[in-house]
Amino acid sequence: MKKHFLSFLVMLAITTTAFSQKYFTRTGTISFYSKAPMENIEAVNKQATCIVDFATNDVAFTVLMKGFTFEKALMQEHFNENYVESDKYPKATFKGKIAEKIDLTKEGTYDVNVSGTMNIHGVDNKLQTKGKITVKKGSIVLQAEFNILLKDYKIEIPAVVKDKIASTVKITVNADCPPFKK
Amino acid sequence: MMKYIFTLLCLIGFSAYAQDDLLKELDKETKDSSNVSATFKGTRIINLQSIENPAGKDLIFLISHRFGRLNEGISEFFGLDQATIRLGLEYGITDNIAIGLGRSSLNKTLDGFAKIKILKQTADNRIPLSVSWFSSIAATTLSYSSPDKDDYTQGRMAYTHQLLLARKFSSKFSFQVSPTFVHRNLVATPQDPNQVFAVAMGGRYKFTKRLALTAEYIPTLTKMPNNTQSLSLGLDIETGGHVFQLHFTNSQGMIDRYFIPETSGLWEKGDIYFGFNVARVFTLGKK
Repeated sequence: MKKHFLSFLVMLAITTTAFSQKYFTRTGTISFYSKAPMENIEAVNKQATCIVDFATNDVAFTVLMKGFTFEKALMQEHFNENYVESDKYPKATFKGKIAEKIDLTKEGTYDVNVSGTMNIHGVDNKLQTKGKITVKKGSIVLQAEFNILLKDYKIEIPAVVKDKIASTVKITVNADCPPFKK
Repeated sequence: MMKYIFTLLCLIGFSAYAQDDLLKELDKETKDSSNVSATFKGTRIINLQSIENPAGKDLIFLISHRFGRLNEGISEFFGLDQATIRLGLEYGITDNIAIGLGRSSLNKTLDGFAKIKILKQTADNRIPLSVSWFSSIAATTLSYSSPDKDDYTQGRMAYTHQLLLARKFSSKFSFQVSPTFVHRNLVATPQDPNQVFAVAMGGRYKFTKRLALTAEYIPTLTKMPNNTQSLSLGLDIETGGHVFQLHFTNSQGMIDRYFIPETSGLWEKGDIYFGFNVARVFTLGKK
C-alpha cells in the first residue's frame, strides 16, 4: 500500500513537471464598456492576473475590482462603493476550460471556445464565449469579448439612474502570457 | 480492489486539487496594495474638514446652511425662520492638492483654504493611516460696530492650521483626529485667548450603501471662559452626484475660526442648530 502510494506520488511529480505547460501574466488588460444615453461608462484594469495550463486546458483569471480606473473619479468611487461593493467582494474571478487543443509549437492565431464560471460581486454565473489564442515567440495572447448582464450578478441600479446606466456591459480581455516560471 | 479504489481516490483528489490550484496560484499573485478610498463621503464630516479632497480637476460646490436654535420656540418656528449660510467652492488642482473659497453670512466672512494629502492609507495596511494638512485664512467684512475703536485690517483676520489623521477601520467605520491651532488677531473680550488649541474628533458609521451616521466633538485644550465645545450629530445621504448631510449641532458658524473657538450653544439647554450641507461635484477635466 505504502509502496503504491509513493510510486504514485513520484509519478505524479514527474507528470506534472513534464506536462507543465503553464502560461502566466500579472499585467493582463480587462476593460469594460457600457453605452448609455447620458454618458458612456468605460474602465480599464491593466493588472489582471491570468494563468493557462495547456496540460489540462484550464484557464483562470483574477482581477481586483479596485484596480479599474475610470475617467471620472466620482464614477470610480460609485463603482466601488455602490455597485460592485469592492470592500465586500474585492475580486472578480473566472475559471474555465478551453474546448480546443492548441498546438503550442506552431505560431498562429487559433479560434477557441471557452466555458466556465465567472464570479463578480460574489455571484457565480456560467459563461461561454468565443475567443482567440495567439501563439507567438513562445508566449501566448488570450483575447475575448463578451457581454454580461448586471442583474445576473445582483448589481443593483437605483431607480433614479436607471436611464443613465445600461443593463449590459461589454467586457474585453487581452492578456499576453509568457511561460510560467516557478 | 483496494488498490484501484485508492488510485481512483487519488486521481479524483488530484483533479479537484488541480482545478482549485489554478485559482489559488492566482490568489497568491493578487495582492491589493491600493489606496483606501471613501474614508468619508464628503469633504466635511459635519463642520470639520474630512480627510477627503476633491479629486484632481473636480470642482465641488458646497452649500452649508444652519437654521436658528431649536429652543427659540414656536414663534421662530423652532429656528427655521432664521438662517446662516456659507457658499463655497473647492477645486482639486491634483488628486492631492485642493484649494477652496467660501463666504459665510455670519459676520460676512470670507475664507480661503488649502488642503494637502501627505499620506494615504493602503488596503494592505502598509500605511495604516491617512494624513493631510489643512490651513485656512478667514476675514470678516462686516462693517465695524464700535466707532471709538480703530478698524485695522489685521483685526479682521483669523488663521487655522490643522493636521488630519484618519483611518478607515472597515468599510463601515471611519475615524479622524485633527489636532488644531486657531489664531484670531482680535477677540471679543480680554478673557478670550487669541490662540486656541483643540483636538477635533469625528467619525462615521455607514449602515447602508448610501446612508451613514456621523458625529463630531471638538474639545479645546485652551481654557475658553466664554465658550462651549462643539458637538454635532448627523446623517449622510448619498444620491449619486450629490451628497446631502443633515445634522444637529451647537455651533452656528461653518468655518473653523467660528465652530472651534466660538461655539456658544449648550446641547442641554436646547441651543441646537439644525442644518445641512449639500455638495455637488462637477468634473471639469479628464484625469
